[in-house]
Amino acid sequence: MLLTGYDPVMFSRILTSLTLGFHIIYATIGVGVPLMIALAEWIGIRRNDFHYLLLARRWARGFVITVAVGVVTGTAIGLQLSLLWPSFMQVAGQSISLPLFLETFAFFFEAIFLGIYLYTWDRFKSRMTHFWLLIPVVIGSSASAFFITIVNAFMNYPVGFTLKAGEISEVNPIAAMLSPAMPTKVAHVLSSAYLTCAFVLAAITAWSLLKGKNHVYYKKALKLTMVCAFVFMVSTALIGDLSGKYLAKYQPEKLAATEWHFETMGKAPLVLGGVLTEDNQVRFGLEIPFGLSILAHSNPFAEVIGLNDFPEDERPPLWIHYLFDIKMGYVAFMVFVSLLFLVEMIRKKGNTYRRWLLRAIVVAAPVAILTIEHGWIFSEVGRQPWILRGIMRTSEGATTSGHVDLMLWLFALLYLVLGVSSARVLVKMFRNNQAEDELAKYDKEARDLL
Amino acid sequence: MSYEVIGITVLWTFLFGYLIVASIDFGAGFFSYYSSITGTRHLIHSIIDRYLSPVWEVTNVFLVFFFVGFIGFFPDTAYYYGTALLIPGSIAIVLLAIRGAYYAFNHYGSRSRKIYTLMYGASGLLIPAALSTVLTISEGGYIEVTADGKVVFLVKELFQSSYSWSVVLLALVSVLYISAMFLSFYAHKAGDLPAFHIVRKYALAWSLPTILSSLLVFFAIHGHNREHFEKMLDRSWMFAFSFLFFMLAVYFVWKKKNLGLSFIFVMLQFAFAFYGYGSAHLPYILYPYLTIHDNFTNESMAIALIVAFVLGLLLLIPSLYLLMRLFLFNTPYVKGK
Repeated sequence: MLLTGYDPVMFSRILTSLTLGFHIIYATIGVGVPLMIALAEWIGIRRNDFHYLLLARRWARGFVITVAVGVVTGTAIGLQLSLLWPSFMQVAGQSISLPLFLETFAFFFEAIFLGIYLYTWDRFKSRMTHFWLLIPVVIGSSASAFFITIVNAFMNYPVGFTLKAGEISEVNPIAAMLSPAMPTKVAHVLSSAYLTCAFVLAAITAWSLLKGKNHVYYKKALKLTMVCAFVFMVSTALIGDLSGKYLAKYQPEKLAATEWHFETMGKAPLVLGGVLTEDNQVRFGLEIPFGLSILAHSNPFAEVIGLNDFPEDERPPLWIHYLFDIKMGYVAFMVFVSLLFLVEMIRKKGNTYRRWLLRAIVVAAPVAILTIEHGWIFSEVGRQPWILRGIMRTSEGATTSGHVDLMLWLFALLYLVLGVSSARVLVKMFRNNQAEDELAKYDKEARDLL
Repeated sequence: MSYEVIGITVLWTFLFGYLIVASIDFGAGFFSYYSSITGTRHLIHSIIDRYLSPVWEVTNVFLVFFFVGFIGFFPDTAYYYGTALLIPGSIAIVLLAIRGAYYAFNHYGSRSRKIYTLMYGASGLLIPAALSTVLTISEGGYIEVTADGKVVFLVKELFQSSYSWSVVLLALVSVLYISAMFLSFYAHKAGDLPAFHIVRKYALAWSLPTILSSLLVFFAIHGHNREHFEKMLDRSWMFAFSFLFFMLAVYFVWKKKNLGLSFIFVMLQFAFAFYGYGSAHLPYILYPYLTIHDNFTNESMAIALIVAFVLGLLLLIPSLYLLMRLFLFNTPYVKGK
């Protein structure tokens, strides 16, 4: 079905997922890293510690490269939405264009101050002035994520208008932004972006430590990033739990498809893994009694709506079960790594620089990015067959033009080139300018002053 | 003023903003490449770099703002233009992406490479050419709606139309003219005389072609869309003002004085022509299918977008002012100190 004949809907879906799948890596870094830079710079100023200031400075340098790719791929998805989903955007323009519009403002705000921040490191008498210039970047990047996730929340649970014979009218733009899906979605996206960035930066530090660099600069960096990772791990997990409860209440078919839960019943068990037989029986799965009822309603006896309550052509594909389970596996790994680090940090005889722990931290960064990718694909596929749940099917929203397949190849090539060259530029940038050299230069300057 | 007129004015103003800031950027890319061939790159490179580095990201936002706002105010355009422009739109995205990313890679990353400079220069001409075709298409005759409501893009007509090519020509020439005029001002402010002499020569060289190609477009519209042409004649005073400001701007650059004022006149020259062209284009946003009245969004969304826009401006104007004060009007920075 996938490769026989030309189907613009299928190709539009693949191209959109390719663009977003690539964009969210850079977008996530764009949302989380400014916060980490701000933390490092703030600590550096408060403690008058050059190491943290250097950390902020080096992170900011790398950040510019990822921002550039984030900006251009963000522009790409912005335009692609209209090119690939013209009918959907026609309806979205009527109902949910306010947050899209606000997102550009947030992005504008961020872009202006990022330009200023990068070029004014030593330009002000008070170091705090330079720090304050970063705050609009932190706010702007998080606000971008906030507004764009609102649009996605609306797609999952559209509100704020009247539906008459398939046409929407009496739109209330503010109410449309306040979909019940919004609070958990926004919080989950933001918190997981911060978490991922903490792990990515921790992994870079852990890598340097593994390679035998042992300046106290790296040790400070590892502690800062891993403590942040732990904090954001806790918040992301809590919000994730609330997301499950949201699904149970508002999008029960998504939760039911995720958990292969067919019959509406109380004391619903949670199934991990397994395979599905032709008559929808679960085989070889690990069953946790009461698990789903607890996940959905915090009550082991609560009733959970099953898939059989929904017409067959309105059920999400059942393979999202695996996506979700794999994602949970990644989460378990990250919880484990951040907990171990915390234990080693608190324990009297603890040693946070054990090689196996550092290796685990290095692995946690790609795992964190994979978690985001899995979570995002899970959320999008779990909404199918709808592009606007209950209002417009994905097949109705797509373009009818020819050559979407050709565009898919064009963009695949573009992302390949951008991905490879951004990685090469980053590696080269830090290889040519080692932290040790900058530290030595600073030490020498400090000595000369004395 | 009705909501739809406010809406289209806001959007047109952002497009005008993009026209100016992007032209400076695109043209600078071309001059950077051109000067590397003629062996004068070392003279003008630093002045271009010092202007572009803090603002390149902002340029992009003007464009995003324009098309996101357009879909908000006139949702039906998403359907018509979106369906028709899949291929040219995608090519424009790829060019913009390559340009933006490689600027950053080249600038912040490793040493600059000749291939990067070439790509940066070439994309600076290809992007305006690609984007300007959207305005051409809006003129009508290149999009057809079939009996069963399918939107079809008539590529062949576009490529064979003299109007379409005259617009591309105007876009390219204007980009180089605006950019060179700005760089003359900037180099002069920096007191960088060797650079100033080079970019001033560029500016003067591209001034006459700018006027000639605008005249060409004028006549081409006459042949392509008579209704639009007649309405432009009704506003001939706007085009007369545009020409007047052109003369003054070029005169100052020629005499090497009042270069700041000269660039303001360049902006006024384009503002009069751009708004003259745009207001004559109304009420159509895609001739003859879409008008600002029939294809406007619902009233509550329109009010929400306008309120958001006003609040957004309150935030943006001081920020932009700060950016300009730190990098554009800050003499020590401009001089590279």
